[in-house]
Amino acid sequence: MSKVIVVTSGKGGVGKTTSSAAIATGLASKGLKTAVIDFDVGLRNLDLIMGVERRVVYDFVNVINGEATLKQAMIKDKRVDNLFILPASQTRDKDALTEDGVESVINELKADGFDYIVCDSPAGIEKGAFMALYFADEAIVVTNPEVSSVRDSDRILGILQSRSKVAEEGGSVKEHLLVTRYSPERVEGGDMLSVEDIVEILSIPLLGVIPESGSVLQASNSGSPVILDEASTAGMAYSDAIDRFLGEDVPHRFMNVEKKGFFKKLFG
Amino acid sequence: MGLFDLFRQDRKKNTAKAAKERLQILIAHEHAGGSRGNTGPDYLPKLREEIIAVIRKYVEVDDDAVNVQIEKGDDLDMLELNITLPDAAK
Ligand SMILES: Nc1ncnc2c1ncn2[C@@H]1O[C@H](COP(=O)(O)OP(=O)(O)OP(=O)(O)O)[C@@H](O)[C@H]1O
Ligand SMILES: [Mg+2]
Repeated sequence: MSKVIVVTSGKGGVGKTTSSAAIATGLASKGLKTAVIDFDVGLRNLDLIMGVERRVVYDFVNVINGEATLKQAMIKDKRVDNLFILPASQTRDKDALTEDGVESVINELKADGFDYIVCDSPAGIEKGAFMALYFADEAIVVTNPEVSSVRDSDRILGILQSRSKVAEEGGSVKEHLLVTRYSPERVEGGDMLSVEDIVEILSIPLLGVIPESGSVLQASNSGSPVILDEASTAGMAYSDAIDRFLGEDVPHRFMNVEKKGFFKKLFG
Repeated sequence: MGLFDLFRQDRKKNTAKAAKERLQILIAHEHAGGSRGNTGPDYLPKLREEIIAVIRKYVEVDDDAVNVQIEKGDDLDMLELNITLPDAAK
């Protein structure tokens, strides 16, 4: 059975695309056939983060408009088997994504035997964000430890549970909280909301905590999802989150201030 | 680094605590104004308009005199109507 996962947040710039790339790559690395779709029409970026920008020929909107087939538009990842990227269109037409169009693409992916369809949502609560979440079975809500991001996450949770297709049919979308850009030092210093605070406020299950890490920028510079950087804290935290998503009981790491030893200070 | 900077960390207020309290109050408030995140059913605006029209048959009220909300409960949802009558109608 295919599952549609939306990676969403309401607020912009919190790490949705970084997380979508990592999650899709992580799932595919487990041998699960995974497609990751960029819903950010007009501001295509997933292709860059995945390092496939030079291989984009057709996009999501071309497929919806029948100008290309899904097979022509999907880019097969060269590093990880079972991983496919569907880039967003750069059109400025806000209405390019239609409900029927999106549904037919998702249905075709399901029929094609994809295990997971990861939808990278744009920021906001407008059409694009709505289209990205409408067909979702599960939602990964990306939240930064910061007031406006937490509030927007709450708002997007409300929309998920009232406006998505699953909700309209009387069901509920399975929720996962992914806290990103977490800095244990600042939490300890008292100027950043702790994971416990955020979980208490949003009251949804915690999937993972991704620390603030320089390797995220390095990963995006080189077009390689950070989860493939197995030595980085962010990469490891995303890997743990994938294991948890697939039902394993994995303890959280990188949530507390690490007391740096002499060598770590020198080479850390 | 001045001598005072050494102690700054301690003197600084715990702003994370303030953030948490403000969020809890705000989100409780926003949930009360409709379902989570204030997204009521689509018919609410129309319902509100029609209720205003009915009331106007009897009392002259302002456009914003009628407040319609859905209060989500565990077992049932409640439709909450708040109608403010003008002073003269008392
Ligand atoms: N764990 C992290 N540590 C450090 N930087 C991060 C981390 N996660 C994300 N970033 C940085 O935050 C910025 C925004 O990330 P990203 O593009 O993934 O966010 P987004 O939510 O997709 O944004 P948009 O709303 O514009 O689509 C990028 O510069 C990225 O490198
Ligand atoms: Mg993005």
